[in-house]
Amino acid sequence: MYSITAEKLTKKFGNFTAVDAITFEVKEGEIFGFLGANGAGKTTAMRILCGLSYPTSGKASVAGFDVYKQQEDIKKNIGYMSQKFSLYENLTVSENIEFYGGVYGLRMREIRPKTKNILQKLGLDSEANKLVSSLPLGWKQKLAFSTAIFHEPRIVFLDEPTSGVDPVTRRQFWEMIYEAASRGITVFVTTHYMDEAEYCNRISLMVDGRIDALDAPKKLKAEHNAQSMDEVFYALARKAKRSD
Amino acid sequence: MINKRKYKQSHSSTPPSGGWGAILMAFLHKEFLHVFRDKRTLLVMFGLPIAQILIFGFALTNEVKNARLLIVSPVQDTESKKLIEKIDASSYFTVTHIVPTRQNLEHYFRNNEAQCALILPDDFSASGVSPSQVQIVADATDPNFAKTVVFYLSAILGEFQQQSQPAQSIPMAIKTEVRMLYNPSLMGAMNFVPGVIALIMMIVCTTLTSISIVREKETGTMETLLVSPLKPFLLIISKAIPYTVLSLVNLSFILLLSNLVLDVPIRGSVILLLFECLLYIIACLALGLMISNIASSQAVAMMISMAGILLPTLLLTGFLFPLENMPWIFQWLSNIVPARWFFIIVKSIMLKGVGLEDVWLETTVLIGMTVFLLAVSLKRFKIRLE
Repeated sequence: MYSITAEKLTKKFGNFTAVDAITFEVKEGEIFGFLGANGAGKTTAMRILCGLSYPTSGKASVAGFDVYKQQEDIKKNIGYMSQKFSLYENLTVSENIEFYGGVYGLRMREIRPKTKNILQKLGLDSEANKLVSSLPLGWKQKLAFSTAIFHEPRIVFLDEPTSGVDPVTRRQFWEMIYEAASRGITVFVTTHYMDEAEYCNRISLMVDGRIDALDAPKKLKAEHNAQSMDEVFYALARKAKRSD
Repeated sequence: MINKRKYKQSHSSTPPSGGWGAILMAFLHKEFLHVFRDKRTLLVMFGLPIAQILIFGFALTNEVKNARLLIVSPVQDTESKKLIEKIDASSYFTVTHIVPTRQNLEHYFRNNEAQCALILPDDFSASGVSPSQVQIVADATDPNFAKTVVFYLSAILGEFQQQSQPAQSIPMAIKTEVRMLYNPSLMGAMNFVPGVIALIMMIVCTTLTSISIVREKETGTMETLLVSPLKPFLLIISKAIPYTVLSLVNLSFILLLSNLVLDVPIRGSVILLLFECLLYIIACLALGLMISNIASSQAVAMMISMAGILLPTLLLTGFLFPLENMPWIFQWLSNIVPARWFFIIVKSIMLKGVGLEDVWLETTVLIGMTVFLLAVSLKRFKIRLE
């Protein structure tokens, strides 16, 4: 059973083809890395899958819903963590969780106990009533991830979730991702860190709007005769003609 | 931007477990928290009306009080003394100097020791006032002030003449009796308070609303909201409600303050006044929404609302500068400023005590503008962040 399927998915802006007939599937519960240099078309593709924009042509479904006709259903079944920090700085930790829980239509009596649970897991119970602006960045990111999966989505989209975070926190962040995946949540993640790419079950690599490679990290390394994902990325991405 | 109706959405529109009401409540709760946590917003919202009412009410008044008057009186006799006493007794003037000649007159004006001067002739009492040439000199660097001073002084002189020679009535003399309607004591506050209401509603509703929406675009939270199942319509409603409520609180505040401190009456129906205010508030909110459609950062939103909305409101509403004196192009332009119509309505209801039957035209214009602004800004509100 697939969480996400895309078939010749294309997005054009005038003469510019941002996403060029990409085809791929993401299995349920998989951690899928979506790699590519800046300007390769990752964000555009992700926006289509999140129901924020329509493709120009091709087919795609997310959680079994069509990206053309069932955007609202897609939105109910996915979680999203944007590149920019997306919590409210002048709300407290628990107010933020309660707000996002509320936006997804959860009732207060469902939200309260769950919030407590999450804060305990994050080790943030003593900061529950502190403003988010007072937290260090690593904690903010972990909190943002927790709110993104608060409503138990079937798929969570993470857009460069760990940029600017220290290695220790990144490690902890990936533990959280594994934990979510083990609960059956499909994880669709973009990143620029190649060590993180190795943590993924499978990765795809976008170059100039196309997917040039798609496989498990180990196989890709073997295929390209490379020691690390870094080398694979470099070998593929340097073929790119466009950049931003 | 892609047309939302391009693809027919087939979804099982089942509301989430808490229902739309719960979502709205969660959102409203958040919006109110934002407002009450942000000291600057609070200061703008509640500090501004107090400051404006007090400034316009007391400081920026075009009434003349205790103008420094110099009198040139070559002869000191009973008649001239009586006149000087009469002038000094009025609250409009304070006689600062009485000099025998007009030689150093300009010196007093230059030093700002005198703002106006009354020059009596040598034969003041002998002439029996009327044919004698009395001269008034006023510092016209502020033309309004000079006009008012001349008007008041002439009035006092006229009255003095009446009193001193009641029997000797001039044949065929035209005696004017002036009555200042609705504002007999010529209080500037009467005109300013409705203007301040128009201005403050504009600041609170337009500027603050647009900033609060653009802030979410800037920080990236808007993207997260758009990926959520939250309906764009719900988002707009929950942005609008807090600012509407706060504007109404603010309005009551201004009305109470102006009524208790500045003695500005509300002669008409309070319900009608509140209805008109609500209409204007919605128009302002729509404007704010429109700005947030265009602006990509808080700074830009601030600039647009200050230069593009507040300034025209200040200048073309008619409460600072009379519209009748402006070139036709500005008069014509003023017609598209909602505050202009609102100002007339509020003034009429508060000061003249009129009912809807007398302001229906202005109200209709305001309704038309509100509907238009709302339609345009809702249509343009970017559902998809393309």
